[in-house]
Amino acid sequence: MSDNLIMSQYQNTPSGGRIHPHKFTLWVAIGSICMMFAAFTSAYIVKRNQSKWLDIDLPIAFWYSTIAIIISSITIHLAFKSFKAREMVRYRTLITITAILGIVFCVLQFIGFSELKNHGIQIFGQGSNPAASFLGVIVGFHVLHVLAGVAAILFIFIKAYSSKLKNYSIVPIEMISTFWHFVDLLWIYLFIFFMWVR
Amino acid sequence: MSNEAALHHSVDVSTSHDTHGDGHMHHHHETFITKYVFSQDHKMIAKQFLITGMVWAVLGGLMSVLFRLQLGYPDSHFYWLEDILGKWWVKDGQITPEAYYALVTTHGTVLVFFVLTAGLSGTFANFLIPLQIGARDMASPFMNMLSYWFFFAASCVMLSSMFVETGPFSGGWTAYPPLSALGSASPGSKTGMDLWIVAMALFVVSSLLGGLNYIATILNMRTKGMSMTRLPLTIWALFFTAVLGVLSFPVLLSGFILLIFDRNFGTSFYLSDIFINGVGALPNEGGSAILFQHLFWFLGHPEVYIILLPAMGMVSEILSVNSRKPIFGYMAMIGSLFAIAILAFLVWAHHMFVTGLNPFLGSVFVLLTLLIAVPSAIKVFNWLTTLWRGNIRFTPAMMFAIGFVSLFISGGLTGIWLGNSALDIHLHDTYFVIAHFHIVMGVASMFGMFAGIYHWYPKMYGKHLNNTLGFIHFWITIAGAYLIFWPMHYEGLAGMPRRYYDYSNWESFKQFIDLNRFISTVAMIVFATQLLFLFNFFYSIFKGRKVTSRNPWQSNTLEWTTPIHPGHGNWVGEIPEVYRWPYDYGKDGVDFIPQTTPVGEEESHH
Ligand code: HEM
Ligand SMILES: [Cu+2]
Repeated sequence: MSDNLIMSQYQNTPSGGRIHPHKFTLWVAIGSICMMFAAFTSAYIVKRNQSKWLDIDLPIAFWYSTIAIIISSITIHLAFKSFKAREMVRYRTLITITAILGIVFCVLQFIGFSELKNHGIQIFGQGSNPAASFLGVIVGFHVLHVLAGVAAILFIFIKAYSSKLKNYSIVPIEMISTFWHFVDLLWIYLFIFFMWVR
Repeated sequence: MSNEAALHHSVDVSTSHDTHGDGHMHHHHETFITKYVFSQDHKMIAKQFLITGMVWAVLGGLMSVLFRLQLGYPDSHFYWLEDILGKWWVKDGQITPEAYYALVTTHGTVLVFFVLTAGLSGTFANFLIPLQIGARDMASPFMNMLSYWFFFAASCVMLSSMFVETGPFSGGWTAYPPLSALGSASPGSKTGMDLWIVAMALFVVSSLLGGLNYIATILNMRTKGMSMTRLPLTIWALFFTAVLGVLSFPVLLSGFILLIFDRNFGTSFYLSDIFINGVGALPNEGGSAILFQHLFWFLGHPEVYIILLPAMGMVSEILSVNSRKPIFGYMAMIGSLFAIAILAFLVWAHHMFVTGLNPFLGSVFVLLTLLIAVPSAIKVFNWLTTLWRGNIRFTPAMMFAIGFVSLFISGGLTGIWLGNSALDIHLHDTYFVIAHFHIVMGVASMFGMFAGIYHWYPKMYGKHLNNTLGFIHFWITIAGAYLIFWPMHYEGLAGMPRRYYDYSNWESFKQFIDLNRFISTVAMIVFATQLLFLFNFFYSIFKGRKVTSRNPWQSNTLEWTTPIHPGHGNWVGEIPEVYRWPYDYGKDGVDFIPQTTPVGEEESHH
């Protein structure tokens, strides 16, 4: 209620160098998520230097998922540009592709883990090695973030269809795209990290 | 952000507010639910945090009375307790060992997280940030509301853990594995621990939602003229508190996530092939309990400053207002807050000196730890010089603020002992540590919170608290705090370990039987005194002396320019503009000059 009343005022403000408080909040949240993964990866490093560490070759599927998520970053960027140019049809196509690519990414991650399992590497449960468990937890939590991005896209979609009022505020789509790029970069960091540090 | 940019920024934001300002006040058709329950008004959310925090403070305090009963009177039987609490907690009139550990653990968790984090920053960040920076509400009132309700959910789950058959978690507030990771390790490690983790995960979410909002609000929503260097020190302190929380709570969450996997999904992050009585060797391989300690203390140390900084900020403000003098060294105060915030992330291993930490690494942490004494000393110096030759008004808030300074000095000094890794070999896990952190963090931050409540109560409820009760509350509490915790230093120096159920079995600690009884007795008196405060608090909401002027303390900050009972949106009409810093007390012979007064032609510069 009053939230919207106040917020609707911001949305009209020009974006020339001034940051919308919600966008700012997102950046701080991104910092916070970074700390979470920093904690995971440093715990990984600490643990790696101790005994009985398993050296794991990353599954091929992770390469495909990396490609998928990079493409999705491009599509969401284009979607954002079409939205700004008010090319709504193009925007809708591109954002749908992005969401689908997000889901493809998650599926590929899952396939990656089945691949590992087929090679006899147990992720969780009795007899699992912390190296594999770390991979499972960290990749799993990254996937949750991708799914959160997909959910956000669905959310603005449903909102756009259900409300009679046409809302042309670019803030939500801009925030989603920022988050999406962040999650993409986060994966690239994790991917390189897992390849390098094992 | 440069002040220039910040200024432009807030111009933009506040004008957009103001075009809307008047209309805004009329839109309100609030029901009971939207006004008191699912409220998005920061002032109501603040009160929700405060009152929930107070409920927890009473419960947590009661727990400490119970376990002090055991420590002070190990041979006595309290059969009536058995009737009240039941067989699991009290058997044959004595607190059971399981109950003792459950009480100690829950007391620690609840006081550190629910009372002194949620109850303290939750209350005052919500209440003061919009009011003191000149904003109608938080950047996202909705997220703010969520923050409270996550805390509420966490509270419910934590409370429910008190009632499960195997009892609440009992492995200490730091939740070290294996006690926390292994269900078979102790009764409390079963369902109690599951609930503990869920409650804490909800709590972390609540803190993050709150913290994000506080930061965004302080940086983006300041009124016209409110540059960063015109912010009251309360806001600076709350800002650094939020930054610490946003950067360290996710690390704790990571630690908890790994813990959940170890507990429920058979992984070996923290568990290794240790041998458990009655279970045999664990199947786990290669886990490290020390890893959890690193993750925990990486949050844990910043956490102690998350608790302390809001108190420091409020004390700075209250000392200045009631000394009728500008705060001494405003920039040095900000600088030292900044230094503390940075150092807070670099000293966590001082909790781990005796875990087999590499001694060379240990000495690096000794150095970094002792460095914290520098900004701490700067702050103490500035508080004392603010008081020096001040025209002091001894209000209850002021008494608690001065009490805070005293406690911070006493407890900080023992920190320097503990910060030396060689001394810590002797002192670690003794009552010396208990004494240290209760004085410097527990009681000191409690005093900051009391100071804040006494000072801002008129703004919260439009009523005054009773001063006489306030003074009684203050004197008994400060005397009691020293009487309880000072002797614990001696016990610790004599090597008396913490977290034991009964010390009377040891020849060497028999000498402390009387002392322990004394401590327990004082603890009960102090606890009863807090009930007096609660009475004052709730009675005054309804029957207290009415506030008749907008600015009862003759203070400079913006919250006192709002109506006595501010509505949602805080100011009627436009948000006032700010022309000066908040500490112009006694300037050019004028008692106080509010921030909204334009700078006069012939005024001197500060
Ligand atoms: C000069 C400043 C300080 C120094 C050098 C210092 C040093 C230490 C050290 C070395 C320990 C570990 C002792 C042990 O377990 O053997 C410790 C414990 C502790 N300190 Fe401090 N401290 C300082 C100030 C503070 C402040 C300002 C707070 C809180 C606001 C605080 C809160 C705590 C807590 C909560 C613990 C104990 C945690 C536990 O084991 O349960 N300290 N301190
Ligand atoms: Cu510490």
